[in-house]
Amino acid sequence: MKLSAYVGGLGVLGPGLANWPDAAAVLSGQAVYRPAPTVLPMPAMLAAAERRRVGRVVKLALGVALEATSQAGENPMELASVFSSSGGDGQNCHELCLALSLAGREISPTRFANSVHNAAAGYWSIGTGATVESSVLCAFDASFCAGLLEAMTQIAVDRLPVLLVAYDSEYPQPLHAKRPIPDAFGVALVLTPLRRASSLARLDAELSDLGVDRFEDPAFEALRASFPAARALPLLRLLASRNGGSAILEYLDVSRLQVEIAPCV
Amino acid sequence: MKPLHLRNFTATSCIGKGVAATLKSLLEQRSGLAGCRFETVDIPTYIGEVAGVDEQRLPEDLRRFDCRNNRLAELALQQDGFFEAVQQAASRLGGRRVGVFMGTSTAGILQTELAYRERDPVSGALPASFEYGSTHNSFSVADYLRRRCGLEGPAVAVSCACASSAKAFGSARRMLEAGLIDAALVGGVDSLCLTTLYGFHSLQLSSPAPCRPFDVARDGISIGEGAALALLERAPDDLDGDSVLLLGVGESSDAYHMSAPHPEGLGARRAMRAALASAVLDPGDIDYINLHGTGTPSNDRSESHAVTSVFGPTTPCSSTKGATGHTLGAAGALEAVISALAVKNGFMPGGVHTSTIDPTLTALYIRDNRRASIRRVMSNSFGFGGTNCSLILGRAG
Repeated sequence: MKLSAYVGGLGVLGPGLANWPDAAAVLSGQAVYRPAPTVLPMPAMLAAAERRRVGRVVKLALGVALEATSQAGENPMELASVFSSSGGDGQNCHELCLALSLAGREISPTRFANSVHNAAAGYWSIGTGATVESSVLCAFDASFCAGLLEAMTQIAVDRLPVLLVAYDSEYPQPLHAKRPIPDAFGVALVLTPLRRASSLARLDAELSDLGVDRFEDPAFEALRASFPAARALPLLRLLASRNGGSAILEYLDVSRLQVEIAPCV
Repeated sequence: MKPLHLRNFTATSCIGKGVAATLKSLLEQRSGLAGCRFETVDIPTYIGEVAGVDEQRLPEDLRRFDCRNNRLAELALQQDGFFEAVQQAASRLGGRRVGVFMGTSTAGILQTELAYRERDPVSGALPASFEYGSTHNSFSVADYLRRRCGLEGPAVAVSCACASSAKAFGSARRMLEAGLIDAALVGGVDSLCLTTLYGFHSLQLSSPAPCRPFDVARDGISIGEGAALALLERAPDDLDGDSVLLLGVGESSDAYHMSAPHPEGLGARRAMRAALASAVLDPGDIDYINLHGTGTPSNDRSESHAVTSVFGPTTPCSSTKGATGHTLGAAGALEAVISALAVKNGFMPGGVHTSTIDPTLTALYIRDNRRASIRRVMSNSFGFGGTNCSLILGRAG
């Protein structure tokens, strides 16, 4: 059972990766990868009051989502969306748990409203005016493939263009010791059911038992292994090379996702 | 959409463990809400706590999943022969052809709240026994259930606040229709924790009394906990008339506000219309609406607007949250099971605790149970972030 879609645009933010062209250059070997703390853009789409309220994870998700939709030339209002994150807003969660551990247990109503796993999806909808459906998922370390499967089944069944956003950011201590995500990494793909002028490649995905693709370069392999959203990197490497091929992505303990990539030339 | 068969379903909440107890409470219009004595919580509010969750044990090999949320999931799994039904599906279809789609808003975050009280006084470290991935993380309940039931198909947690487990049916529907799986373990599990009790209190959204949806004096929600599970499969042609089908799913986003619904319920209207369109039904085909009906002034006003604009003022509707409390991420699945019980047993559950219906709300809110042969029910779920989902369930015959 194969699922198919066309990639119309990408967005990437991560350690030393400021956007998709940056990421594509290092993944295809045209530039040297220099890890550095992830720089997150201010979400200009939000009103000033909302901009002040949002945490790093929302800036990350909105940043990659905006890059992907701009690159694809899609109107965000018309895209269904899938937001998949392994953990949501770590700093916000820490502040709430800390406040609840202290006498008085005074917690900020804004922090509580922002604690929902669908905060980024909510702010995206508010910022873009998109009233189309949005799926918000978590599958721990399997969150990228869970999101890709959701987006590709949506395309197969409902024939809608879909924005997929996979993103993870760090927890501060003491949770960091239990869930050591080192920084912020996000990737967004605009996926469409039919080929368009802007389409970069066709994807055909199916569940697989084959061994996961890893990187020989230790810096890339560390990136892939330390952020659930970066499990997408073997797919991004092929998209960057424009040669096509097959990527086997880490999914659940018992399964992988094999994605065939055929460039649209 | 192609109708899906609820081959088996179960629900556990403060009104009962399993469908027989749940049905009995609904028929008797009994509420399970009581003054909050949960953990060390000191808030003047009512909650819907499930008895016996603390005593529930998980199998030895899954001990690392131990937390209130997964204990509640295990408790629910043991009702109505549900565990056996899932195992039979796995052996009949193959474990790889059964997916897991679990809605939750806070999963096992209580475990982290408790661990924060036990931080090392010097280093600030959390206790060594604390496990993040198998308790706190949103995926933990889906991961627990897939391991417990020996399922190897796609698995995911759907976490969009109070619409989570309604939307889990949407994700399962797509994957079944795409042919990636042949059966889906779908549902929602959400358990009491300090984050939601103190959080809704901080937003002044929790009532000091048992919640009174659609009442003129309604003043907020009563938080509950619950677990509701369904085994969904593509509907065969030879179902008997009493079988329950998922006929439609409609989803939308408000694009309005993080913690307040659109005042005229625009997003809710879109979700209800999308559900009708997916089921290829007209508003007149729906016999009863199980409302989101949280009991906050703004939700009920907005939802009443939305219901009246889609259905007019004559379709009977009610909220069962006066009985069960608002089970947050489990509410969509719990109310889908209540809707299934309504069509199977021929009754509309009246809204408990509501004494004087707000005359400014135009939807036809029913306070007393009605015996009627009903064929189709719509169930609404809306959440923070402006996420909306309406399900339509109906009889096969």
